[in-house]
Amino acid sequence: MIESPKNSMVVIQNVDKHFGTVKAVNNVSVTIEAGEVVVIIGPSGSGKSTLLRCINFLEVPTSGDIWIDGIHLSKKTKNINAVRREVGMVFQQFNLFPHLTALENITIAQRVVRKRSKSEAAEIARQQLKRVGIPEKENVYPGQLSGGQQQRVAIARALAMNPKIMLFDEPTSALDPEMIKEVLDVMLDLAKEGMTMIVVTHEMGFARNAADRIIFMDEGRVIEDTTPNELYDNPQHDRTKLFLSKILQ
Amino acid sequence: MDSSNRTSGVATTQGQITDSLSRLPWWLLILVLGAVFLIFRFINDETYREIFNFLRSGIIVTIRVTVIAYVFAITFGLLAGLGRVSSNPIIYNIATLYVQIMRGLPILVTLLYVSFVIIPLVITQINTLGVYLAGIGLLGEENILAMLGNRRAGLEVNFEIRAIIALAISYGAFSAEIFRAGIESIGRGQMEAARSLGMNYFEAMRHIILPQAVRRVLPPLGNDFIAMLKESSLVSALGVQDITQLGRLYSASSFEYLKTYNMVAFLYLSMTILLSMGVKTMETRLRTND
Ligand SMILES: Nc1ncnc2c1ncn2[C@@H]1O[C@H](COP(=O)(O)OP(=O)(O)OP(=O)(O)O)[C@@H](O)[C@H]1O
Ligand SMILES: [Mg+2]
Repeated sequence: MIESPKNSMVVIQNVDKHFGTVKAVNNVSVTIEAGEVVVIIGPSGSGKSTLLRCINFLEVPTSGDIWIDGIHLSKKTKNINAVRREVGMVFQQFNLFPHLTALENITIAQRVVRKRSKSEAAEIARQQLKRVGIPEKENVYPGQLSGGQQQRVAIARALAMNPKIMLFDEPTSALDPEMIKEVLDVMLDLAKEGMTMIVVTHEMGFARNAADRIIFMDEGRVIEDTTPNELYDNPQHDRTKLFLSKILQ
Repeated sequence: MDSSNRTSGVATTQGQITDSLSRLPWWLLILVLGAVFLIFRFINDETYREIFNFLRSGIIVTIRVTVIAYVFAITFGLLAGLGRVSSNPIIYNIATLYVQIMRGLPILVTLLYVSFVIIPLVITQINTLGVYLAGIGLLGEENILAMLGNRRAGLEVNFEIRAIIALAISYGAFSAEIFRAGIESIGRGQMEAARSLGMNYFEAMRHIILPQAVRRVLPPLGNDFIAMLKESSLVSALGVQDITQLGRLYSASSFEYLKTYNMVAFLYLSMTILLSMGVKTMETRLRTND
């Protein structure tokens, strides 16, 4: 095993991810400390999702190294699933399990992966549903929930595994405007509680309120990595300025 | 105006009546009437009763062959279907080879090939292994491996067993494609969500993908069962005494072709039509549950 160069929660070092000739992620190095909230922005196709998916190994990097809480990720890491369960992920399309109720969606991985008893898993699931504000929906199937409710169940499902890091890939962009706030509020609470979060989003209000850092990506590269205020008030690169003028108008 | 309104009103009612008349399942009514007529004839006709008694053991053979072969077929099918969606190239290619060969062969040819070529070959290999193991003293002289296929030892692999194995292998390939389509119909996001929660590939398949896929494959698998019931008549080519084979024997010795094959056709139809109505019901149930 390769020793982590730093004592941080997430260390990404010279990571490349190529799809054929497309360099989706191009020599990215980022370090994230425990408790930090990092927002990633950038134009479509700039590699935000791919970078996020590399962090929990849904995509295997073409080259480079990633450490999660000191554990090096590689194809040879036998306990890749053990690392994955420390990293919760929330998807744009929710990806709830449609054949299971809200409660079962939250208990299934606890039981299969964490080997918790049925009653213990259900107890934790109810706490999480309460935390995201929909305790009354435990016996409802995803198909009967609104988009905002589905995304909150998805967040509860990830949190029930007690992850050290939460990844969000455009969690509100599939939602109707009136439902965006209820999801962002849950994420703000989570940020305040000290969760390490990496969030791909274009919700600038959330970035300003919650983010410690903003990373701007373009064509697979990290262009800027700075604080929200610094980025808005004093962007260093023309590409950043151009992009910000588009999304802030 | 008044009168024209009335005529058009009448025309609509008439149109509605013809419309709903044309939508009635007339085919079913005709079938049921035919069945009632035949059953009436069967009860009153000595020859029909004799034929039925002669075919009775064949009904059991047909059902036994179908059910056992089907259970093995969907087991092979599930395994091969999982192989067809596997990212492991060796597993994928083995599964694909199996499916392509079986789908490219007439079932009758598979039946003959498996019964007269594959199974004797396998038995000889097992015998050799048994003799070898006896030679190095691991097993007794007359062990089950060495004696497999031996009629005197009561270990004969009869043609019914061979037919069942052949049908299972053949239909396994068809259900493999059903399972593959079912699994592929579940979006990629489901697997990713399960994996991101720390489940491994098999846990994700078992708890997330397959439970959803099964609901989609039940109707086509049901149709497969009906097809298997019909296709099981091919085992008569091996002399297995199912409905078809007994019908052939009876008609050849009695010259009662019309009545014998009436009875044979009636037996198959009453089973397949009942089953296909069952599959229809299941289909609508599953759809309303979605
Ligand atoms: N599985 C894949 N196969 C081939 N190319 C891919 C794959 N996934 C992503 N890409 C390509 O990699 C590049 C980066 O994609 P990615 O989804 O990471 O961008 P993104 O920044 O998340 O964009 P968006 O804002 O549209 O979600 C794109 O050019 C995309 O077409
Ligand atoms: Mg994306």
